[in-house]
Amino acid sequence: MADYKLMKGNEAMAEAAIQAGCDAYFGYPITPQSEVLEYLAREMPKYNRIVMQAESEVASINMVYGAAGAGFRAMTSSSSPGISLMQEGISYMAGAELPCLLVNVNRAGPGLGTIQPGQGDYFQSVKGGGHGDYKLIVLAPASVQEMADFVFLGFDLADKYRNPVLILSDGAIGQMMEKVQFHPYTRPQVDKSSWATTGKPKTRERNYITSLFIQPERMEEHNLKLEEKFKRIRENEVRSEEYNTADADYLFVAYGLSARICQKAMDIVREKGIKIGLFRPITLFPYPYKRLEELAAQVKMMLTVELNSGQMVEDVRLGVNGKVPVEFYGRMGGMMPTPEDIVHHLETLIQYHHAN
Amino acid sequence: MPTEEHVLPETALDVVTPACHEEEYEVVYHKPATMVDVHMHYCPGCAHSLVHKLIMEVVEDMDIQEKTIGIAPVGCSVFAYDYMDIDMQEAAHGRACAVATGIKRLMPDKYVFTYQGDGDLAAIGIAETLHAVNRGENFLIVFMNNAVYGMTSGQMAPTTLPGMHTTTSPDGRDVSYYGAPIKVAELLANLPGAVYVTRQAVNSANGVRRTKKALMNAFKYQQQYKGTCLVEIIGNCPSNWKMTPAEASRFIDEEMVKTFPLGDIKLPQADNLKTV
Repeated sequence: MADYKLMKGNEAMAEAAIQAGCDAYFGYPITPQSEVLEYLAREMPKYNRIVMQAESEVASINMVYGAAGAGFRAMTSSSSPGISLMQEGISYMAGAELPCLLVNVNRAGPGLGTIQPGQGDYFQSVKGGGHGDYKLIVLAPASVQEMADFVFLGFDLADKYRNPVLILSDGAIGQMMEKVQFHPYTRPQVDKSSWATTGKPKTRERNYITSLFIQPERMEEHNLKLEEKFKRIRENEVRSEEYNTADADYLFVAYGLSARICQKAMDIVREKGIKIGLFRPITLFPYPYKRLEELAAQVKMMLTVELNSGQMVEDVRLGVNGKVPVEFYGRMGGMMPTPEDIVHHLETLIQYHHAN
Repeated sequence: MPTEEHVLPETALDVVTPACHEEEYEVVYHKPATMVDVHMHYCPGCAHSLVHKLIMEVVEDMDIQEKTIGIAPVGCSVFAYDYMDIDMQEAAHGRACAVATGIKRLMPDKYVFTYQGDGDLAAIGIAETLHAVNRGENFLIVFMNNAVYGMTSGQMAPTTLPGMHTTTSPDGRDVSYYGAPIKVAELLANLPGAVYVTRQAVNSANGVRRTKKALMNAFKYQQQYKGTCLVEIIGNCPSNWKMTPAEASRFIDEEMVKTFPLGDIKLPQADNLKTV
């Protein structure tokens, strides 16, 4: 059994990157995730790994592109405005099928916004962000432990599918301290020799990394290949967690920090004798539509709680497909709902639906 | 015996044995084996095809095909990987030096070069370029300066000459409105991270020879010296200059060199040597 450590979410993630064999980290300071670059600037040289503070997020993501294209495990992290700057590079990496790990420690926006936590980047993360038809595999941690665990999982999924993976965290999980355990990790063997640009020996054709397909026939062929990959990801990589769903009449649906708050709200509501469960999507792409559809046959109503104006709720409604009411409650601007706020909102909704 | 499927039609021409046998001639010139044997998409008289060949000649002469990685960002030369028989990465517009940083930092023993146009390097990618050179990234930047955006068909570039007509400066570049052309080589040579900076042109046989020498030097310096090498090459773009290839070559001698004088701007110093 590995020892427990008390760490900030951002530091746990940085330590996990080292243990996951991350060869290179490129980043740019931005609150509330600067601890990642600071931690790695201190620790990576001890392992002869590359860590670099780039001149911008635009440069960071393109350094990741170069390193990933040469077959190395590379990552970057940032917070909302910085992730917006990276979108061009992320689209290129998805188009060129380059594996890498991205982390967004989401703060509230739009624009410069505030440095307080938010979940306003849900659409950007799962519906595109950059230009063109592509998907990121999006993992949503709800604890410091998951901040660490998803780094290992994220790198492995990126290599497995040759696709960028995004950990969508937020300012609270990045900054808060919790106990965390680092488990022994065996890196899956992945052969990148058929595409990585390591220098062309006489024995093989040249490798080149590109997202450019100027002939429409070839572009569509490439799009279809990507779609086939996203289909495989949808079939195989859906992850979610459930609490008290077995007997639930009502359901909270929330990810990340919101799910943590809903857990407490659920306990309060259960004390009052209302059977409520919590459904927590862990992968935001691929989204657990199917399980939500199943739960819609069981519960009377779902309440989606997010730190935004209502983004993931659209995916919940897609899964539920009109079978039961899907309501929304959220705070914005870095404001946190208390569990009591959520309980109050739920009770009002139950009364409303009962009366109607 | 020819198989049934392989009977030549009667109209097929007889194979004529050349009167001269190969052994009577000494091969004095050949296309480098490091080039892919395909037709290029470049316009007649364009400098890109020539400079591609020069770089690949250097790679062949130095026998470093296995150790060379090129980066071609957006621009006419974004298809360089179709022509250069080496491992390559296409890059987003302006980001070649960041991509090259990612590659070279992880594989310091390889030869890495970027191949960038003037819009790419001097406009949208000036930040990535300047910071890469300032860090003294140990790769070669081949900077193709033809004073226009070629791929998008002839818009004004940061290097467009004063008064030069382009599709977005139809009355000629007005320096009071758009500023003067950026002298990239002189600008970057000021940074301590730059170890070798030179400007050449490929509009004459002499110029081509000197350019190849500069490229050869720059590849060798990657192993010998700490820092970045920049070879700026004044190239002709007859299509977008609305000139014949011959006129375009004369335009370089008569106009381009007034703003962009040719020659070495910075040479490696002894204290730039890598410690063994």
